[in-house]
Amino acid sequence: MRTIVRVTDRVAETPSTVTLRFPLETHADPGQFVMVWVPGDDELPMSLSYTSGGSKGITVKVMGDTSGRMQAIQPGTLLGIRGPYGNRFDLSPRRVLVVAGGSGAAVLAPALEAGVGRGMAAVVALGATRAPELLFKDRFRAMGARVEVATDDGSEGVHGFVTVVAERTLATERFDAVWTCGPEVMMRKVVDLARPHRVPVYCSLERHMKCALGMCDACAFGPYHVCVDGPVFPGDRVSGVPDFGTFHRDPSGRRVPF
Amino acid sequence: MADLGVRCAGLALRNPFLLASGVWGESGDSLAGAWKAGAGGVITKSIGATPRPGYPNPTIETYERWGLLNAMGLPNPGIEEYPREIEAAQRAGATILGSVFAGDAGEFARLACRMEEAGVVAVELNLSCPHAEGFGTEVGSEPDEVERIVRTVVAAVKIPVIAKITPNTSDPAALAAAAEHGGAAAVSAINTLRALAIDVRLRRPVLSHGLGGLSGSAIKPVGLACVWQIYESVSIPVIGVGGIMRAEDALEYLMAGARAVEVGTAVTFEGIGVFARLARDLSALLDELGFARAEDAVGAAHAKP
Repeated sequence: MRTIVRVTDRVAETPSTVTLRFPLETHADPGQFVMVWVPGDDELPMSLSYTSGGSKGITVKVMGDTSGRMQAIQPGTLLGIRGPYGNRFDLSPRRVLVVAGGSGAAVLAPALEAGVGRGMAAVVALGATRAPELLFKDRFRAMGARVEVATDDGSEGVHGFVTVVAERTLATERFDAVWTCGPEVMMRKVVDLARPHRVPVYCSLERHMKCALGMCDACAFGPYHVCVDGPVFPGDRVSGVPDFGTFHRDPSGRRVPF
Repeated sequence: MADLGVRCAGLALRNPFLLASGVWGESGDSLAGAWKAGAGGVITKSIGATPRPGYPNPTIETYERWGLLNAMGLPNPGIEEYPREIEAAQRAGATILGSVFAGDAGEFARLACRMEEAGVVAVELNLSCPHAEGFGTEVGSEPDEVERIVRTVVAAVKIPVIAKITPNTSDPAALAAAAEHGGAAAVSAINTLRALAIDVRLRRPVLSHGLGGLSGSAIKPVGLACVWQIYESVSIPVIGVGGIMRAEDALEYLMAGARAVEVGTAVTFEGIGVFARLARDLSALLDELGFARAEDAVGAAHAKP
């Protein structure tokens, strides 16, 4: 079953990401995703970047043809929404390190907002290709989190990958958990970095999806299905899956390297 | 404790509950997972000659807990890639049946040979997908063509050949009889019923393909009628498919004449734990009704003195 919603707002967050807001009363937890149907085009799994209250939102980065067309959607457009689906971030840790790469911040921002609302403290390691692409930097700061930036071109913060910031921060500060979302090679590095510090890592994974109901096998990931067993996975669980950070499946089900 | 083991199509199955094709069967790890969860055997996704992405989304519509409408469009990694998935499931010790789809008899035979080489214990021919142009129902609706395809495949492989037939025709039992004449070791019935959903606000079909196939509880009475008629028309074993969510549903199929059943939509609504629960519940139900073995219930509703 799906809900047909009308887009109310379109916000250009960075040069490559756009947020679409729409009314949806259905309860959603931070970390969950919805299947977004652009009628006449396709239906894609999208993490909710705004989960609380009656105005939900998704933040779209161009990954392919449909996401490109999705970015051009204007207020007033009708979308079909299924879900929310999947699990959520555990909000019980007292102090978390958030490691966000690129559009990975889209799912981590609402999760941290919910955590901060329960008294959570956080350091956010935020990475992007260049300064204007740093997603939700101000939103993280508004939560009271300390934001440490890394850019591939050195235009802001550390010149290099966000994992450099994560490594340094893990070496000098104590955390109860690490939350991460971004390119899967980055998340694999984060899991490796946190292991010697014995800090549990939670990764939000992305796979091609069709049914989102744990039936069709499109999002098969080792013994798991990302749609129902995830998208949030403990690092010690995913690090045992050979595909983690290396392979995903294309729409035909073929394993292909990232 | 009633004995759940059944012999079907020359196979000895530890219980009658097979993972239906199209569910969980794209990856070897998933097939292994269904086996470990207690399935009596696992049937692969229908595999074709070349990689096929399937239709764009939406590919699915759900109806509470009574039905599921899908038009996936036969997505599959292709027969060149797929043996590696079978290997992964074999490492778990799974009893694997390979499902294949093709546009003509020769291609069916080539795919079946590759499946046999990969080590499956039987091959199921998809003669019944209701929503793929040039495949499935389009090649499986005429008894003569079904017989020709089955005969060609049977001549090409040593493993048992199972024909999965369509309910979207006037006489499914005639298709089953044709499969038997062609040398099939068993027939499975039914595949999904051709169906449609429309979104009234958008004034368009929900599925990108328009037409799809309906599965789940809604189609159980249809599947039972087909199995009933087929059982009276052929002497080869029948595998019942369609809306098996509870042990009672499975026993209805056995009493209608099925020797095994396929479970698909129930995995969507309940998760893979459904296999252990169905086996446990069927065993208890058989005990309650005085059947020592699941096989004793096969066809039990037919012969009344």
